[in-house]
Amino acid sequence: MLTDQQIRELEETARHLRVEVLKMLHTSQSGHTGGSLSAIDVMTVLYFQRMRHNPSNPAWEDRDRFVLSKGHAAPALYACLAGCDYFPRDDLKTLRRLGSHLQGHPDMNKTPGVEVCTGSLGQGISQAVGLAMAARLASRPSRVYTLLGDGEVQEGQVWEAAMSAAHYGLGNLCAIVDQNGLQIDGATEEVMNVGPLGPKFLAFNWHVLEVDGHDIQAISRAFDEAEAVTDRPTAIIARTVKGKGVSFFEHKASYHGVAPSDDELERALQALALH
Amino acid sequence: MSEKIATRDIYGQTLVELGRENSRVVVLDADLSGSTKTKLFSKEFPERFFNAGIAEANMTGMAAGLAAGGMIPFASTFAVFAAGRAFEQIRQSVAYPGMNVKIVATHGGITVGEDGGSHQSVEDLAIMRSLPKMTVLCPADGPETGAAIRAAAAYDGPVYVRLGRGKVPVVFDQDCDFTIGKGVTLRDGSDLTFITTGLMTAEALQAAAILAEENVSARVVHLGTIKPIDIDLVLKAARETGAVVTAEEHSVIGGLGGAVCETLAEGCPVPVERVGLRDEFGQSGTAEELLAHYGLTAAHLVEAAERILARK
Repeated sequence: MLTDQQIRELEETARHLRVEVLKMLHTSQSGHTGGSLSAIDVMTVLYFQRMRHNPSNPAWEDRDRFVLSKGHAAPALYACLAGCDYFPRDDLKTLRRLGSHLQGHPDMNKTPGVEVCTGSLGQGISQAVGLAMAARLASRPSRVYTLLGDGEVQEGQVWEAAMSAAHYGLGNLCAIVDQNGLQIDGATEEVMNVGPLGPKFLAFNWHVLEVDGHDIQAISRAFDEAEAVTDRPTAIIARTVKGKGVSFFEHKASYHGVAPSDDELERALQALALH
Repeated sequence: MSEKIATRDIYGQTLVELGRENSRVVVLDADLSGSTKTKLFSKEFPERFFNAGIAEANMTGMAAGLAAGGMIPFASTFAVFAAGRAFEQIRQSVAYPGMNVKIVATHGGITVGEDGGSHQSVEDLAIMRSLPKMTVLCPADGPETGAAIRAAAAYDGPVYVRLGRGKVPVVFDQDCDFTIGKGVTLRDGSDLTFITTGLMTAEALQAAAILAEENVSARVVHLGTIKPIDIDLVLKAARETGAVVTAEEHSVIGGLGGAVCETLAEGCPVPVERVGLRDEFGQSGTAEELLAHYGLTAAHLVEAAERILARK
């Protein structure tokens, strides 16, 4: 259980991270706004409360790993990593620029703190499964977290990975689905309705939880429960709002891959400051 | 050259040796461990063997994750599925990050035989060669396979190794070395050079012996590494013999023949004949029948040599 004070602090961190995401996307004028904002609260809890990691020693072997399987939400990851001091906040201004270590999609060889390369949907979760296997083989206490999009789960590879994680009883693996209900072409249920996700993971023999993906306390409790389940992987279906935190971005597929304009940034920053 | 060994058998044995030497060696397969011979490893090291089931995309991603976690994964299945089915996973999760994953594909080429064209990869070398950061190996025989697998294990980065199904003649000594990026001159000659890979190297040695009886001096250069290609050795052979015949159990497009032509066009243009699949798929038949049907025998190499001597 988080204290009220902890919750307030994490909410404040998430608000700052949203501001960072919007500023960096505004500067780059390219990138994915909606899905970065929907994922922020889950990632805030992971990076600022849940995961054991050491920004001054990113290669620490016993660290927990985070794999952003929905790699297009890279701005959210970069905001978290800069917020944890993996690299200077000023670097965020170089997002997507030639020569920058902040690529359009996460690159383990360029950005301190990025565990694997992602961006091609469906592939991060398989790598997370491999990382969980490696941790177990090496008797490391590491837990592996991976965040997927709810459009991403249309990729067949996600279910291959789900099958294997349960088959190998990877209790050290936790997958979170950022269920914001939208993908580039529209509503996920209209583009390709995969149906209820919880029962699908359950049918593959995962432990399944459903939470409000913007409720810091609920997210943290879900991670507590996931850690207590040691004989199988846990899937957390996080109900989220695409563009969360900025009313005129919310629930809009049109902001999937569009950066904020000057005017939108100003209004968005005002909105976030008022929260 | 009377002894015959299947390269996949040596692969299976070498994996077990590597497993004993290094606890970080792990093996993945996609329900073909009996055929790829990774089953030998799974019996001795069950905790370090991961059967992915019939799911090559996930197998490749898991291998990448295991590598990211400090392991040395070998992932095996048939070449059509390894290089084809899981191509984009190899690109994104293995080659792009430069992950330390070894993809060892068995059943490459037409000598898969009776299973037919659907299972005969004639394009895997071309596909894998096109990927930045990827090293591509295609050993000639059993002994070289053992050495190549050891070299791949010692190398830090992505490697694709192509092996075959059937038994092939032994060309190399039991204790041969393998250096990634270095070819080997197996027979000297001055009139033309056979540049070959995989099982075609044994055919080239036979062809060179036949040609010697006709007073034609044919050099045989074996490239166990398709990428990075041994530029110096290829150019030297072209300069010294003035004509090159390439031979591979693969399409003439993009594999060994393609790589040699690219190298020669830039460095030493000489006439080239490419022996291989002429932009076509295979079909069912015995391995021997198929090699004869598609022109991949010593006799065909002799004909190719005669053609190229006329063009010199």
